[in-house]
Amino acid sequence: MIKSDILIIGAGPTGLFTVFEAGLLKLRCHLIDALPQPGGQCSEIYPKKPIYDIPAYPEILAGDLTDKLLEQIRPFDPGFTLGERADTINQLDNGDFLVTTNKGTQHQAPVIAIAGGLGSFEPRKPPIEDLARFEDKGVAYFIKDPEVYRDKHVVLAGGGDSALDWTIFLSDIAASVTLVHRRNEFRGALDSVEKVQQLKNKGLINLITPGEVIGVAGEDHLTSITIRIDGDAIIQPCDAFIPLFGLAPKLGPMANWGLEIEKNAIKVDNTLDYQTNIPGVYAIGDVNTYPGKLKLILCGFHEATLMCQSAYQRIHPGKKHVMKYTTVGGVEGFDGSHKQAPKAVIKSID
Amino acid sequence: MEIQVTIVDREGAAHIVAAPTDMNMTIMELIRAYELAPEGTIGVCGGMAMCASCHCYVSSSEELPAQSDDEHAMLADAFYVEDNSRLGCQIFLKPELAGLTFRIAPES
Repeated sequence: MIKSDILIIGAGPTGLFTVFEAGLLKLRCHLIDALPQPGGQCSEIYPKKPIYDIPAYPEILAGDLTDKLLEQIRPFDPGFTLGERADTINQLDNGDFLVTTNKGTQHQAPVIAIAGGLGSFEPRKPPIEDLARFEDKGVAYFIKDPEVYRDKHVVLAGGGDSALDWTIFLSDIAASVTLVHRRNEFRGALDSVEKVQQLKNKGLINLITPGEVIGVAGEDHLTSITIRIDGDAIIQPCDAFIPLFGLAPKLGPMANWGLEIEKNAIKVDNTLDYQTNIPGVYAIGDVNTYPGKLKLILCGFHEATLMCQSAYQRIHPGKKHVMKYTTVGGVEGFDGSHKQAPKAVIKSID
Repeated sequence: MEIQVTIVDREGAAHIVAAPTDMNMTIMELIRAYELAPEGTIGVCGGMAMCASCHCYVSSSEELPAQSDDEHAMLADAFYVEDNSRLGCQIFLKPELAGLTFRIAPES
């Protein structure tokens, strides 16, 4: 059981900044994210793209913004449960919430801050008839354990880095690797594209471009796929088919938590503290909606700040505190660090 | 300055809408502005040609800008692709697109 004062669901920029604002109020945070790394969309979708509307940064790369947020919150020692999706929520007798992930990790906290962006990232599944029937029976959308494919005949589809990287990796261990892509061009790292070209030249992989997997077949387990090449449908026997078409965010299980949902987002009280219809559960950043909502990182930062003040009152009812400027109060980390503005030097002139 | 364009939504209903040409808007943003596809199913990546949620079929012959490498590559990984497939986030509304008709591709 992982306990914290605020359990943050979503480790994107808004979730990360929540740790800072909570830390100033001496509240400890833990973050859950379905992705294997923090940063949310900033690290998953566009780490090398610039953002121009972060106050005081005329330009910052999304990946650098993530790094700077992680640096900023380090003194507050946040915990992370990465690569797991928050699946269920229950309220305990003492009012705390119990959130369980898809891998069974349990988290307990008196306050939940949902900073889930557009949802958790799930693999994009191609619209192939019967594909779902073979999931975990030869069809997989990501590779957990490459050893599963040792000495197997594997077909991959897609034109990005994952498809290229796994083609290279599996070419060493699988009995055969076929990569199918709709175009001749790939948009992965140049180095990976060149390696795949070499593997093809040496006859170590089978590259089919332009081609598209349009069918899957088998009894209990996948035994073949159908590939459309130049208008012809060709059946290729195989043990595994791995479509790698990237990830798309889905609100997912959270949609069944009893929260009021509007426009695929969680409705909150924006006049006060971004609380949802469940007291103690807040929604901040792109995941929430209210009249006039703008899905901007800078708005998420604002929402996180106000939400933490409300969370403090919930966790410490009646306990007085006044918002302090960091320039005045400094930043006192849970790790023993202390940042403080230098004191003025006063010296008399004789 | 405004032009008229026709958007066919995912249910097949046609909407003739006024589209500003002086606000640096794309057809993906126009769909969102008129709420013709549910939030979270259109423009997911914000308009960077990185998700294909704004995939459209352009069904009139107005002169469109050429596909960039980014759009070309993303369409290669999109689903339900046809010869007239484009990403709505890469087509900016301009006076010469008056009368444009396009259909929003199925959600994937």
